[in-house]
Amino acid sequence: MVFEGLAEKLQNTLQKLKGKGKLSEKDVKNAMREVKLALLEADVNYKVVKDFIKKITQRSVGQEVLESLTPGQQVIKIVNDELTSLMGGTQSKILFASKPPTIIMLAGLQGAGKTTTGGKLAGQLKKTGKRPLLVACDVYRPAAIKQLHVVGEQLEIPVFSMGDKVNPVNIAKAGIEHAKKYGNDVVIIDTAGRLHIDENLMEELKNIKVEVKPHEIMLVVDAMTGQDAVNVAETFNSQLGIDGIILTKLDGDTRGGAALSVRAVTGKPIKYVGVGEKLTDLEPFYPDRMASRILGMGDVLSLIEKAQASFDESKLKKLEKKIKNQDFNLEDFLDQLQQMKNMGPLSQILEMMPGVNNKQLKNLQIDDKELVHIEAIIQSMTPEERKNPSIIKASRRKRIAKGSGTTVQAVNKLLKQFEQTRKMMKQLSDMEKGMKKGGRFKIPFF
Amino acid sequence: MLKKFFKKLKKDEENMNEVEQSQETNSDSIEESSNLKKEEKCITTQILDSSDKSPSFFNKLKSGLLKTRQGITEKIDSLLKSYGKVDEELLEELEEILIMSDVGMDTTLKIIERLRTEISSRKITDTSEVKSVLKEILKELLQTSKSNDLDISTPPSIILVIGVNGVGKTTSIGKLAHNLRSKGKKVLLAAGDTFRAAAIDQLKIWGDRVGVNVIHHQEGSDPAAIIFDAIQAAKARKIDVLICDTAGRLHNKKNLMNELSKVFKIVDREFSEAKKEVLLVLDATTGQNAIRQAQTFKEVADITGIILTKLDGTAKGGVILGITSELDIPVKLIGIGEGMEDLQPFEPNEFVEALLSEN
Ligand SMILES: Nc1nc2c(ncn2[C@@H]2O[C@H](COP(=O)(O)OP(=O)(O)O)[C@@H](O)[C@H]2O)c(=O)[nH]1
Ligand SMILES: [Mg+2]
Repeated sequence: MVFEGLAEKLQNTLQKLKGKGKLSEKDVKNAMREVKLALLEADVNYKVVKDFIKKITQRSVGQEVLESLTPGQQVIKIVNDELTSLMGGTQSKILFASKPPTIIMLAGLQGAGKTTTGGKLAGQLKKTGKRPLLVACDVYRPAAIKQLHVVGEQLEIPVFSMGDKVNPVNIAKAGIEHAKKYGNDVVIIDTAGRLHIDENLMEELKNIKVEVKPHEIMLVVDAMTGQDAVNVAETFNSQLGIDGIILTKLDGDTRGGAALSVRAVTGKPIKYVGVGEKLTDLEPFYPDRMASRILGMGDVLSLIEKAQASFDESKLKKLEKKIKNQDFNLEDFLDQLQQMKNMGPLSQILEMMPGVNNKQLKNLQIDDKELVHIEAIIQSMTPEERKNPSIIKASRRKRIAKGSGTTVQAVNKLLKQFEQTRKMMKQLSDMEKGMKKGGRFKIPFF
Repeated sequence: MLKKFFKKLKKDEENMNEVEQSQETNSDSIEESSNLKKEEKCITTQILDSSDKSPSFFNKLKSGLLKTRQGITEKIDSLLKSYGKVDEELLEELEEILIMSDVGMDTTLKIIERLRTEISSRKITDTSEVKSVLKEILKELLQTSKSNDLDISTPPSIILVIGVNGVGKTTSIGKLAHNLRSKGKKVLLAAGDTFRAAAIDQLKIWGDRVGVNVIHHQEGSDPAAIIFDAIQAAKARKIDVLICDTAGRLHNKKNLMNELSKVFKIVDREFSEAKKEVLLVLDATTGQNAIRQAQTFKEVADITGIILTKLDGTAKGGVILGITSELDIPVKLIGIGEGMEDLQPFEPNEFVEALLSEN
């Protein structure tokens, strides 16, 4: 998952502290050294790490912590607090202008993912009822304008361009005029990637800024950036003045330390994160939730939101009953699968579960394509078989494998998985009972 | 600073090319043209070859380096000067420099450990000696069991370029095509990135720019089919070097694997006579994730070399030390800008100098 190594190491380190009834200054120092290494390995900038460690150490060796009854817990809380504030506290949204159009300008290094991100952002805004216009100001990279057009077409969002022979400042200005004329209430300006030390090209951005006065200048940063992230962010911020950051490529097994560095050196919030190659893979960034995820505390809030957005309420009620009565069968399983697909990749969902830690996730190779096979297998069963999987013996398995174009092994595997799922569901429903006091929530998870 | 440094090197190399060229034209009149052709070919394949350089190249390079040296090693020099003696504190400062250059915790600790051992066994007390020992260690880490040169000496050859999104695959292909073509090679490009919007157009524009044909299908089509077609075209047209672009999909390892292994199968089956280079492109700005990228791609591909791009920025690309030493993949080329001339052979010496320099 994202922040892979970091999460695992921090969780291990803090786990060691957790149980301790008494903490010495040395315990704290040792733990802090491990935290430091974990952060450095995750590519957080060296100077940022130094400051961070200093802060936590100072707070942790204070009297109230060391003499408290649960010093380990206290330290964990401090790390969580500081990590959250390092990432920017609470969520920051895009501020829309009182008088449209809201002008958003994207800037960043070459290959950071500006064009794709511009498309993703426009797509999201469109979903909330805005009428965005994309403006193609990258006149340098071959086919960059074409790329934006293709992206715009895919999302059915208009793209304004004037070819690559016109000055980007003029394109930006004309783009805004176009938006005003055609009633686009958000303008997203895609600019060419550039090095922060390229004086001419930085000047160009400043000129665009002066001419069109963007409401939001977003620095687009590749989450995989190493130590240099601070130089880049600092220079863009001091030269241009940025309002927010969008982190891209925060998927796969990105370490993502840059997230912490850029926020720390600029003081500017991370507003969105790109989490995949599809044009819908852009999410608002919640520092607090991300911090708890890194520390293995789960991100139940995001999970519930995702579920609520993609599950059918009436079906959920039925399902809840079934789980309680323990007559959840393959028919329901199939139904769940189909709804699950709306929620996004399985691995992402599991990441948000409290108590599912990194190591477990790693062992669980999850392939979304497998879902398609599973669907095919269940669809090849008779209704009777789906309701009562125990009747599926060897000959039936063979038939099902043939019907679904899979193998008997695949059918076996599915049936086994289903059994495990049933068990897991029982656990979850027990857990839910336990949590009733602190507010009800359902986990519609197969 | 780094940019200036690499640009400077580039200038020197260009000058050197000019010098060689003029020498060549002088001899033109004396030698027979058939002989000349042969010789020309010889020289051309060696330009990207660091092993076999004419003395003039080295001299130029050295004098170029000398001029920049003062600036670039300032950081470590002033550090070493400020320390009267060789002690733990000094090692810690060196550790910091390495980490700030993206060398990574693991490799840095290994380097410092080695340095500590060398210092005590060689009884080093002079801080200035520490620097040369450190450089030795770093250079050793860059040394792999393989050559740092592209092996495209006997045609035909095929170069597959792989790497994640945005690292500079397509751009590097454009530059490499230009480089090879200007040396008289017949080059063909294959637009194997059918995933990213307008990636095919991007490669086509590069093809036009450097005067090289591009085999392509439509967006969304099967990359393996394009590579197949390109191989047939390369054979029919008696191409010297076929360079294939690919999509950089990191999101889904399975997709990436499937797509690439299919491509490799086609290459092995259809073009077994060709020399094969598989070049992984890494962005110098990337931190420790680059190791993961290299590992992941190594699982599907026999990577023969690395192109390290974007060294014209302020990033040092130190992560490469861990990759060359752990995975035994040599760096073959570096990217130092977006123009078609901005590709150079990898020089461990310069790289190490730059790594220890101030921005
Ligand atoms: N400054 C700099 N930019 C580069 C270099 N190599 C590539 N780029 C830029 O990086 C961006 C992404 O390159 P591209 O070739 O499209 O990457 P691909 O997705 O791997 O094919 C483009 O804007 C390139 O111009 C380099 O060596 N230096
Ligand atoms: Mg490309």
